[in-house]
Amino acid sequence: MRAQFVLSEIGVGLRRNLTMTFAVIVSVALSLALFGGSLLMSDQVSTMKGYWYDKVNVSIFLCNKSDAESDPNCAKGAVTDDQKQQIKADLDKMGVVQTVTYESQDQAYKHYKEQFGDSPLASSLTPDQMQESYRIKLKDPQKYQVIATAFDGRDGVQSVQDQKGILDNLFELLNGMNWAARAVMALMLVVALMLIVNTVRVSAFSRRRETGIMRLVGASGFYIQAPFIMEAAVAGLIGGTLACAFLVTARYFIIDHGLALSQKLSLINFIGWDAVLKYLPLILATSLLMPALAAFFALRKYLKV
Amino acid sequence: MIRFDNVSKVYPKQTRPALRDVSLEVEKGEFVFLVGSSGSGKSTFLRLILREERCSHGQVHVLGKDLARLSNWKVPQMRRQLGTVFQDFRLLPNKTVGENVAFAQEVIGKSRGEIRKSVPQVLDLVGLGGKEDRMPGELSGGEQQRVAIARAFVNRPKLLIADEPTGNLDPQTSVGIMKLLDRINRTGTTVVMATHDQNIVDQMRKRVIELEKGRLVRDQARGVYGYQH
Repeated sequence: MRAQFVLSEIGVGLRRNLTMTFAVIVSVALSLALFGGSLLMSDQVSTMKGYWYDKVNVSIFLCNKSDAESDPNCAKGAVTDDQKQQIKADLDKMGVVQTVTYESQDQAYKHYKEQFGDSPLASSLTPDQMQESYRIKLKDPQKYQVIATAFDGRDGVQSVQDQKGILDNLFELLNGMNWAARAVMALMLVVALMLIVNTVRVSAFSRRRETGIMRLVGASGFYIQAPFIMEAAVAGLIGGTLACAFLVTARYFIIDHGLALSQKLSLINFIGWDAVLKYLPLILATSLLMPALAAFFALRKYLKV
Repeated sequence: MIRFDNVSKVYPKQTRPALRDVSLEVEKGEFVFLVGSSGSGKSTFLRLILREERCSHGQVHVLGKDLARLSNWKVPQMRRQLGTVFQDFRLLPNKTVGENVAFAQEVIGKSRGEIRKSVPQVLDLVGLGGKEDRMPGELSGGEQQRVAIARAFVNRPKLLIADEPTGNLDPQTSVGIMKLLDRINRTGTTVVMATHDQNIVDQMRKRVIELEKGRLVRDQARGVYGYQH
């Protein structure tokens, strides 16, 4: 088979069907952009959850040396070993507590490093700036208040945080958006597939003279179908490239510049470029293979041997 | 070359068979006319040879192959050894004469060098030398049919199927086309031609096969048209 011949056939086909090709490109681009967006959103959520999120409900942060100077809750100085033992003993006695884990300053430093990597904030930290903490899993997550009243304001305790309570609302919002994105994506995908099938059929119909002659002179089924399948694949790939460009621009404008969330919300750990780049090959491959397969199945009915 | 053994063809949703128990054999190098009124089964007969349809009963052998046992993906291979010519020429209007002929070679993957050599050769053979760059629309009907014959013959098929090739042409032009087909037949290519043209059949004195309502009613060597309207 000669490549030049096939390529010129593809060009002719795409131009003949310009509006339909355009519709395919746009719908593929939109559905894949949503697909990538929803993948990135899940990544963002798991990045934000950090080490302790799925493991505990409440954290008791203990005073360290620097807290003793700056935080009124720690006016009586950094936590002592006695205070720690007392807190541990009290926690063990409480019926609502399921498990208690102690996190040392070194462990806290390690987990922080894992989560925030080499952000400017993380690189300036040292282990003794970290807080020791007790991480508590409750039998009933709603009973957070019991812990809070028991330990808030106690000597050596800097704060009691219901981390899950704070973050859950945000995560619920993000998850909701994620599902909405997936639903729209699924719809767009169906639209894209139907458009492709229709485009290929129109294309095959408008070229039935050529394909009829090709059959008569003994062109193989693949040779007859290849231009149509590749037409769909090329249109899909253009759509996929647009989707990739959209994702890269979106990350650039939302996180780095424009909206610049990374500066405004410096405590939140955002997904990096690696997360975005990791999905681009997947999106491109989908944009190439999905239309090609759709075209292949559409043609099986139309271009019989 | 072609063998039909008790072949019947019933199209789906039709009770009357298009072909009924037809048995015959066409030898290598023969020139065969296929005659019969419209609806007598001529087209079905040709479509079975081209494996555009499969027969309902019996066996069709073309070029030594049992077409019922030929898998779909081998059909193109088989068709490359056949040439086909139709009443409506079936040329691509947006390609030049040369490109139309070259098309038959491109789709089976011939190299450009081969194509450049064989296209002018076959155009010379059909009497269209030097008209390579003309568009089909600029040619007369007879010339267009010559282009179609050139395309059918460029891959040197062993068997040429012609479905009323002179149906759209005036008698004089038809004679020219028949001379061309006769010449192709003399190179050893078997020709099967369906036609309604009484004069041509009577003049050529070749084997005549007549179908009527799907049955083979006459198979006559050096026959005449013989069919009364």
